[in-house]
Amino acid sequence: MAILEIRNVTRRFGDLKAVDDVSLSIEAGEFFTLLGPSGCGKTTLLRMIAGFDEPDAGALFLDGRPLAGIPPEKRPVHTVFQSYALFPHMSVAQNIAFPLRMAGRSEDEIRRRLGETLELVHLADKARHFPHELSGGQKQRVALARGLINRPRLLLLDEPLGALDAKLREQMERELIALQREVGVTFVFVTHSQQEALALSHHIAVMNAGHIEQADTPERIYSHPKNRFVADFIGTINLLPVEVRAATPDGLDLLAGGLGKIVAPPPADPARLAAGERGSFALRPEQVRVVAHGEPQDLRNRFHGTVRDSLYLGDVTVYKVELANGVLLEALLANSTPGRARVFAVGDAVGVGWRHDAGVYLRD
Amino acid sequence: MRGGHALARWAAALAVYAFLYVPLAVVVLFSFNDSLLNAQWVGFTTRWYAKLLHDDEMLRAAANSLLIALGASAIATVLGTMAGIAMQRWPSGLLRLLPFLVLTPVAMPEILLGVSLLIFFRQVLDLTLGLFSILVAHITFSIGFVAIIVRARLAGMDASIFEAARDLGASPWRTFRHVTLPLVLPGILAGFLMSFTLSIDDFVITFFVAGVGVSTLPLQIYSMLKVAVTPEVNAVSTLLMALTLTLIGLAARLAPDALKGRA
Repeated sequence: MAILEIRNVTRRFGDLKAVDDVSLSIEAGEFFTLLGPSGCGKTTLLRMIAGFDEPDAGALFLDGRPLAGIPPEKRPVHTVFQSYALFPHMSVAQNIAFPLRMAGRSEDEIRRRLGETLELVHLADKARHFPHELSGGQKQRVALARGLINRPRLLLLDEPLGALDAKLREQMERELIALQREVGVTFVFVTHSQQEALALSHHIAVMNAGHIEQADTPERIYSHPKNRFVADFIGTINLLPVEVRAATPDGLDLLAGGLGKIVAPPPADPARLAAGERGSFALRPEQVRVVAHGEPQDLRNRFHGTVRDSLYLGDVTVYKVELANGVLLEALLANSTPGRARVFAVGDAVGVGWRHDAGVYLRD
Repeated sequence: MRGGHALARWAAALAVYAFLYVPLAVVVLFSFNDSLLNAQWVGFTTRWYAKLLHDDEMLRAAANSLLIALGASAIATVLGTMAGIAMQRWPSGLLRLLPFLVLTPVAMPEILLGVSLLIFFRQVLDLTLGLFSILVAHITFSIGFVAIIVRARLAGMDASIFEAARDLGASPWRTFRHVTLPLVLPGILAGFLMSFTLSIDDFVITFFVAGVGVSTLPLQIYSMLKVAVTPEVNAVSTLLMALTLTLIGLAARLAPDALKGRA
């Protein structure tokens, strides 16, 4: 059963619709991410869930009960703020125990739960420290512990990893996943980083200009983006302009101008596609294979091209291959064989190809 | 060359400090001088201080001053704190005018404030001038100072702290009591000490709204000066100075940012 139900929620600021007719359903116990560029409305949506803002239209339901008019302190929803928002005049222990004190728990219970929670976030030795004595990662853990200690129905996380450096961020991502699994609280995570969203979530809702572009699992969003925005926003993707030739449940025949036929996986509903329709064929760089000119390929989609650019990244090399129709195709090749880095030089004639079940057709 | 510059800088600084503090030092020095004349040093004594303790008029004026300063700063602190918090929290809408309205009395020439309060009390309210009118006048000019200090204290803080308190289960009142108040308390205390200091040594405004028969310490000193600068005046001035400096020092320690380059 859905723990949080967002039904046709709209929030306007003057003429701007920050959130525009959004409907979402978040399942109990999952790690849900709202992903989108800054200004897409994800923070506004989060503030409405927390109770700092109310929708102009539509409604939110927590465990089936409407949230309208309930102030933030009465909602079983806690937030981890981007700036952590730790109380500077309270010690780590006092910060973490704050929600229990406000809820009027007994001293016994507070002491016991505080001990457990400090263990959970590995801060037992920092209980008496004050926020200004902590590192970024430790502050982050205090904020998490404080948000979780009173077992909220939902924990909202507003870009909590934004202020951390890359290495620490990866470590915190792992800790977040483990923590969420351990406590079983439903997490609603807000971020503009597709990498964080893919790594952490059970489900992702990609937001743009106030509405949801696609809500799905990370795998589906990555491999089957619904439209150009999602395809472009999540990772890197090649977009080839194509025309639909034939759509059958077995596969999709596309024609790329100046290049030839492309065989693509069948669309979800072939009936809705008409021959002659124009759109884009989207293909991830790691789905492209590059071979030396003349080397045989057992792929149904294969073309000739010329290497125009290469970028050596250590574990992988990114090539830009110009196809016969002038389109630059990005290809990602693992440098897994020692000494095989940069096998192709700029100017080399190569063969490129991809499987018939790779990529996705997107309507314009 | 460098040495010469440094020397000149030191000399300039010394001259400025001398200009500021030598007159004060002279007052303090002569308050311990065993002579009726402020002319030459005769010998050390504390008898002018002892004499103060037996001067009924002076004691009454001092009691008035303390009473007014305590009352005015207590009330101004409550009102100023509310104004400071409101200015920080709601910087838009009708309250946009609040900083302007609250801070104007701070910038207004004292004589203007004194005259307008006098006219207001007498002609509009038809109030008998006395302790009460002085109290109200002192509250008026103190609120702004408290508000500035409290707002400066809040401005240095992350606003999401207060949202976090609500989010984690604290009602607006408990957010104020457990989070806002402890965080701005140093600013509130500094504001209280500032108003106390302003009130206890205010002369101009008090002069206009005191009426007859009620005196405060500064008014009393002034009326004594009309006769002569007696060592007793030096003694009471020294005491007032000591009190003021102590309070300002305390306030500066409590709210270092708020008092930097202000007031």
